Amino acid sequence: MTDFIEFIKNDIQLIYILILAIFIGLELIKNVPTVLHTPLMSGANALSGVVIVGAILVMLQSNPNDYLSLTLGFIAVVLGIINVVGGYAVTDRMLQMFKKKK
Amino acid sequence: MSITLSIIYLISTVAFVIGLKLLGHPETAKKGNFISALGMAIAILGTIFLAEKEVPTIIYSLIGTAIVIGGIIGYIIAIKVEMTKMPELVSLFNGFGGASALLIGLIEFSKNVGVEESLKAPSSILVTILAAIIIGSITFTGSLVAWAKLNGSMKDIRLPKYNLINNIMFLALIAFGTYIVLMDTDSLFLIYILLLAALVYGFLFVVPIGGADMPVVISLLNSLTGIAAAITGVLYNNMVMLVGGILVGSAGLILTFAMCKAMNRSLSNVIFGAFGGAEVAGTTGGKIGGNIKKTSASDAAVMMNYSSNVVIVPGYGLAVAQAQHVIHELEELLTKKGVNVKYAIHPVAGRMPGHMNVLLAESNVDYSKLVEMDDINPHFPNTDVVLVVGANDVVNPAAHNDPSSPIYGMPILDVENAKHIIVNKRSMKPGYAGIENELFYNQKTSMLFGDAKAALTDLVNELKNM
Repeated sequence: MTDFIEFIKNDIQLIYILILAIFIGLELIKNVPTVLHTPLMSGANALSGVVIVGAILVMLQSNPNDYLSLTLGFIAVVLGIINVVGGYAVTDRMLQMFKKKK
Repeated sequence: MSITLSIIYLISTVAFVIGLKLLGHPETAKKGNFISALGMAIAILGTIFLAEKEVPTIIYSLIGTAIVIGGIIGYIIAIKVEMTKMPELVSLFNGFGGASALLIGLIEFSKNVGVEESLKAPSSILVTILAAIIIGSITFTGSLVAWAKLNGSMKDIRLPKYNLINNIMFLALIAFGTYIVLMDTDSLFLIYILLLAALVYGFLFVVPIGGADMPVVISLLNSLTGIAAAITGVLYNNMVMLVGGILVGSAGLILTFAMCKAMNRSLSNVIFGAFGGAEVAGTTGGKIGGNIKKTSASDAAVMMNYSSNVVIVPGYGLAVAQAQHVIHELEELLTKKGVNVKYAIHPVAGRMPGHMNVLLAESNVDYSKLVEMDDINPHFPNTDVVLVVGANDVVNPAAHNDPSSPIYGMPILDVENAKHIIVNKRSMKPGYAGIENELFYNQKTSMLFGDAKAALTDLVNELKNM
């Protein structure tokens, strides 16, 4: 329990940001037309690849002899960047098709 | 963290918000995606090149190699994938994001193993690590199951009492995680058990969910990946990960509820209810009957040729038959002959939210011709011919007038209000949800049997000869 109170004390700003971000997210997406649901989802999917920043941080902080961390980190970076590059590229490809005809 | 990196993260975060905002309008969507991607690029480059401490070259080259390999794989997948396979692709990418989060959680936990008491992570950090492992694992196996089901290599499996099993499993997972935190243990063995349990839960959670509910599941898994990313953001006190992840989490959640609403079902009903299962299919089968009226391609062509308003209702069957190009040809041909043609798009047409729009856009259909359900429904009484291709449940009047039907209350396209209805189907087999459709027995309905592509090609040829 003391840990929990400590957490709130130290990280109150984090909690503010978290809650405000939830509201921004809900407001931003609320009125998106059906036409764009798939690109929106794959674009959001690419954005969730931001987890790669964490994977890179893990690797940067790892000891060069810590083979387990480096191997797992390597896999995490590969998977994360596939998510990022693939997600943005396929979204762009889809949106290209939505260009106004004629 | 250096001040430059902090500012870069701030710019990235703003880019994500603006990008997502622009992604919400057809005119600006492409720009929005680009801005978001740019934000991601500077966040990644900044993280690599503005590290605080000295990093050995070997680690830099490992990171570089990983990025090049993954980047190439991702790009190739993205340019090669067929648009019909988008739901599979998004599921797969979701799974990768989840796996990435779970690996980070594992590494962070292992760093805690065997260090002296004073250097140990506080339990608030331990909670975040466990949350990243649990949510990451559920997303990972859940997405892989969704992917396998979508590409047809896995069928719905329902263990007896699967709801009970799943719920117990979920509670056990939470209890076990709490136990690890309270015991403040650094046992890797316990973490592996937790990991295994979460992976199994992800599998069990998606495996009984029926095919018709896939748009909901994909949206939900999308949301979970975002939450997993946000949690790792908390772990590193990293705002760009936190905000980025939360934005995805909220977006996924909105789409999840939009999909649920489009099917008139609650989220818990989708997760815990066996839609399209044997017990459902049996109840409505008996009382619908009567004669169906068959038609031929030439009769259908004549009918459409002399109409002034035609509405096409595409369903997933159209995509399966790869008939999206032929239908566009048909639409252009009719338009040339002075017929006003529109497409009516149900929100859950296809296998993911907005899927049908992408398929039609791929075959160059102008998106202004795609009309959403609420906008087209009032126009059906003035429509001469509705052509239903490969759609079933979304045009089933049972949703309005049969309280015993499992789809009762679901918003549908009111095609039965049109003057004539032509339904193209392969056979009289019920649709994905396994429910009989009285529309097929309607006086105004004629059935055009056959594979969507073949039948539509015949229609196009008949029209060309007129």
